Amino acid sequence: MSVSIFVLLGVEHIRTQTKEGFNSTVSGADLIVGARTGSLNLLLYSVFRIGSPTNNIDWETYQTIAKNSNVAWALPISLGDSHKGYRVMGTSTDYFKYFSYGNKRQLAFAEGKPFSDLFNVVLGSEVARKLRYSLGDKIVLAHGLGKTSFSLHDDRPFNVTGILATTGTPVDQTVHISLQGIEAIHIDWQQGVKIPGSNITTDQLDSRTLKPKTVTAFMLGLNSRMNTFRVQRDINNYQQEPLTAILPGVALSELWQMMQILENTLRLISGLILIASLLGLSAMMLASIREREHEIHLLRVIGAPPTYLFLLIEMEALLISLFSLVIALSGLSFSLLLSKDLLISSFGLQMDFTLFSGNHLLFILLVIGATIIAAALPSFFAYKNAKLSR
Amino acid sequence: MTIQLKDIRYSYPDTPVKQVLHIKSWAVAAGEQVFVHGPSGGGKSTLLNLLSGMLQADSGEVSVMGKRLDKISRRQRDRFRADHIGYIFQQFNLIPYLDAIDNIKLAHQFAKGKTSLSLEDDIKSLLSNFFIDPADWQQPVAKLSIGQQQRIAIARAMINEPELLIADEPTSSLDQDNRDNFMLELMAMVSEHNTTLLFVSHDMSLAKYFNRIDALADINIIGAEN
Repeated sequence: MSVSIFVLLGVEHIRTQTKEGFNSTVSGADLIVGARTGSLNLLLYSVFRIGSPTNNIDWETYQTIAKNSNVAWALPISLGDSHKGYRVMGTSTDYFKYFSYGNKRQLAFAEGKPFSDLFNVVLGSEVARKLRYSLGDKIVLAHGLGKTSFSLHDDRPFNVTGILATTGTPVDQTVHISLQGIEAIHIDWQQGVKIPGSNITTDQLDSRTLKPKTVTAFMLGLNSRMNTFRVQRDINNYQQEPLTAILPGVALSELWQMMQILENTLRLISGLILIASLLGLSAMMLASIREREHEIHLLRVIGAPPTYLFLLIEMEALLISLFSLVIALSGLSFSLLLSKDLLISSFGLQMDFTLFSGNHLLFILLVIGATIIAAALPSFFAYKNAKLSR
Repeated sequence: MTIQLKDIRYSYPDTPVKQVLHIKSWAVAAGEQVFVHGPSGGGKSTLLNLLSGMLQADSGEVSVMGKRLDKISRRQRDRFRADHIGYIFQQFNLIPYLDAIDNIKLAHQFAKGKTSLSLEDDIKSLLSNFFIDPADWQQPVAKLSIGQQQRIAIARAMINEPELLIADEPTSSLDQDNRDNFMLELMAMVSEHNTTLLFVSHDMSLAKYFNRIDALADINIIGAEN
């Protein structure tokens, strides 16, 4: 019983949390633009840092679109490097101003300020916490996305100038640097390896002379939402370069549609488990009634009406059920607590521990209701026997 | 009259042709202590169940303390039993996982709201009357000896001060010593409260405690025919 409730609640919780997590990750952007690719792929790599970008966009293209009169703001995203498994994202300082998540909440700094210099870095809260970084620390970025990379950009260490407040989104796991910074660490690299002999010192680099050549993707905020579809079409038909513009909400719902089957299967399985356990409970109560024939007879003799016996058995079943619920809920909280880090690091799932959301309360009521129904049969037998007792 | 039966007939619902009980007329006066003896299968349980209102006779008049049990609803009979009739079985008189005090309280639960202020005290004095060690009061009764359990059973049956006490082979699970103690305590209890006692047993050696002795076969015509 506990196990089945545990599974049911667990699945439900993970499902809603995942959905919520995904939905809350990006809320301000009207369009996300990347190189020509599938909309899901673009969404996943640009926002959730899952998977790899297919291609980059030319810097000129970005400039042209960002200057479009319908565009209020544009946030370039440049991916490809990492730091100890956390992805490095190159962007502009506008990112901290315009990017919003959840219910249109802005990014906030727990400590420090946005990057102002070439080799400044702003860490997501989890990165800072896990790797125990604080302001002023120097970190070295690695080329590529692996957790252990052999090609380090160790000639150009970065200075931590800011740490973001926790958002519960992939932002927490991201290392933010400026686009110029990305450019700077790759300046004497080619095809993923350092060019031997080429040694431009850090002092020679100047953010003003460094121009990014490409970006991976960018987010757009529009002046008027009414124009979203027109701008999307314009971008998709952009002549100089094949591009894809997506509406994050639409792409997300596509994602959910794909997940639906899996989701429903999980729900079905846990539902079946619950039914099985309720039948088990019912059978157990029936057996116990037979065993407790004497007790029931005794209760009758001291004047208990049959209705009382009916309620007695029902209450017992309810008690068992409630007890199971308590065990399941505490077990679930406990295991969520234990597996929190694992869930985040291996699945990118950010879990909330408030198990008592509206959905879950509804579910708990459902379990209680189902218990009453399942116990009705044995209770009715007790009632019937009581009436005919001899 | 505490008990008055007239022309009672009863057969089990699943075998309606075969009557198990037919009583022309039988009565017990208030305050009387009656010993009814007879073999098992002689309609003994049926008689007791009719008297306690657990079963309804097919025909005839069942009146207990002047109340016609054949005329009132099942609900009223349950209530009547809780208020006016005490019952002691051969065994399994108590809910095994409850302690002595809770068992007795439970019996009080279904009876008419007598003031429960003094209930705890009443139970305790009853229990000490029956020589139950206070250390055992809070124990689940399953942990107590059979002798102790049967004495607690008397206390449970008497808590609502019933006018009629029905004892159904209450001593057959007891050894000789316990049996004598049990009988002495039971008889002292009923005479103190002037309770009508209907005591059913096949053990004729217990007859010496009673002044009226009836054979079940004389009461139940069916039993006589067999």
